[in-house]
Amino acid sequence: MSALEIENLDVWFGTGAERTRAVRDVSLSVATGESFGLVGESGSGKSTILRAVAGLVPTWSGRMTVAGETLGKTRSKAFYSKVQMVFQDPYGSLHPRQTVDRVLSEAMQLHGVRDIDARMGRLLDDVGLGAGFRFRFPHQLSGGQRQRVAIARALACKPQILLLDEPTSALDVSVQAEILNLLVDLRREHGLTYVMVSHDLGIVGHLSERIAVMKEGALVEVLGVDEMRRLEAQSPYTRHLLESSIRSIR
Amino acid sequence: MTDDAPLLDVENLWVRFRTRTGMFDAVRGLSFTLGRERLGIVGESGSGKSMTGRAMLRLIRPPGMIEADRLEVHGEDILALPEKRMRALRGGRISMIMQDPKFSLNPVMTVGQQLIEALRAHERVSPSVARERALATLDEVAIREPERVLGLYPHEVSGGMGQRIMIAMMLLPDPEILVADEPTSALDVSVQLQVLEIIDKLVRDRGMGLMFISHDLNLVARFCDRIMIMYAGRIVETCKASDLARARHPYTLGLLNSVPDLEHPRDRLEVLQRDPAWREAPSVSART
Repeated sequence: MSALEIENLDVWFGTGAERTRAVRDVSLSVATGESFGLVGESGSGKSTILRAVAGLVPTWSGRMTVAGETLGKTRSKAFYSKVQMVFQDPYGSLHPRQTVDRVLSEAMQLHGVRDIDARMGRLLDDVGLGAGFRFRFPHQLSGGQRQRVAIARALACKPQILLLDEPTSALDVSVQAEILNLLVDLRREHGLTYVMVSHDLGIVGHLSERIAVMKEGALVEVLGVDEMRRLEAQSPYTRHLLESSIRSIR
Repeated sequence: MTDDAPLLDVENLWVRFRTRTGMFDAVRGLSFTLGRERLGIVGESGSGKSMTGRAMLRLIRPPGMIEADRLEVHGEDILALPEKRMRALRGGRISMIMQDPKFSLNPVMTVGQQLIEALRAHERVSPSVARERALATLDEVAIREPERVLGLYPHEVSGGMGQRIMIAMMLLPDPEILVADEPTSALDVSVQLQVLEIIDKLVRDRGMGLMFISHDLNLVARFCDRIMIMYAGRIVETCKASDLARARHPYTLGLLNSVPDLEHPRDRLEVLQRDPAWREAPSVSART
């Protein structure tokens, strides 16, 4: 069974003459346990797809199925215990006046987790923070540590699918490496499915097995990471994207 | 002043901030020179690279303080200059491109008004001449239909275009030194390269000195002649960009190896192990 199935997804913003189609007729499917990457320039609609799946954008049409559950206009509680999202900016996604303990226990309470105390220790260990961080406030944490807390919060309800929206773009390269390694480890240990958005092909190539390239709201092509490395892209746009990414690091 | 004298001459530069918990040193005793070359400054957030760039324009506001044994822009001691002369220097001889065009362009002025204002702040030229020069500079930064762009507001242009407009604005008064602080990190990969190539071409053609500040070591290596690697307010290593492959400092190597590479995949990325001794080691001089 596939973890995520999207058919003919359209997402739009505004009404009447102001209406813009942010996502145009996108169909894709992500297998259980797979790590799937979405790449494209800003404005290509890649984050919008994630947000539509997470239920953060009400204006969409098409068909979305997550782990066998067909999605409607609202999301069930069961949906959120299967799917969680990690956002781009760890500086903006944690409440500045809540401790790590409060952030994580709230997430667990909402999902009816029992023995919060024991699970808290596990969670912090899982993301490599340790119990010493439990009662800290966000301003007492570095960017990388904050992103670890955000990942712990997403894992609090033992989800099957993580939606990752540029999880490392606000971090330094050295910290980015730590977070990417953590994501690789967590996926292996917990058998997670990832859908990750990034504009950096190197990161997507590191973490994903299949990659979808988007342009102006539409899906240009889906290719495997090996094809991408061999630069065997079908569409000229993907080749252009690959070339600029490779040239910029030479 | 002979022409081979450095454009920027810095010795023992400190940038300090007085805080409630005591003095915080953001930059700790840097020495470097900048000639008519492209100098890259690389480091993580908090390494003091942006503060170094801002200090060159004396753009550190109290409670921040700049101290140096020498801080000269083409022979002029900028720590001793009155604010009025400093204003002529900023933009006139030494210009800065900031990271995000969204926050650096004035949202309520058209592109044309801003460009012309930038030029006329430094030179006595008539509005029509200023307009002509603005058009020519927009053309230089590869903006099509410059006539139309002059009438647009910043929100009507894309990020890459906004950044090229910023570059045009900084170059209009013909400065000798350009400080580019992460000029492309707010842009898409495909646009990044184009903007960098424009900066590169302009700097070469005009024989300017470029200080390129970035966290991306590979990018800097590609676009600069010389690289300075900063850690905790000091220079840990300096080398020619072409010799980066022979860099030896563990911090430099750590930065290089922590980047996921599309063509050479690895199962695990190397994680930087920070050695407290790096912080204490004296700053390497990047004077030539």
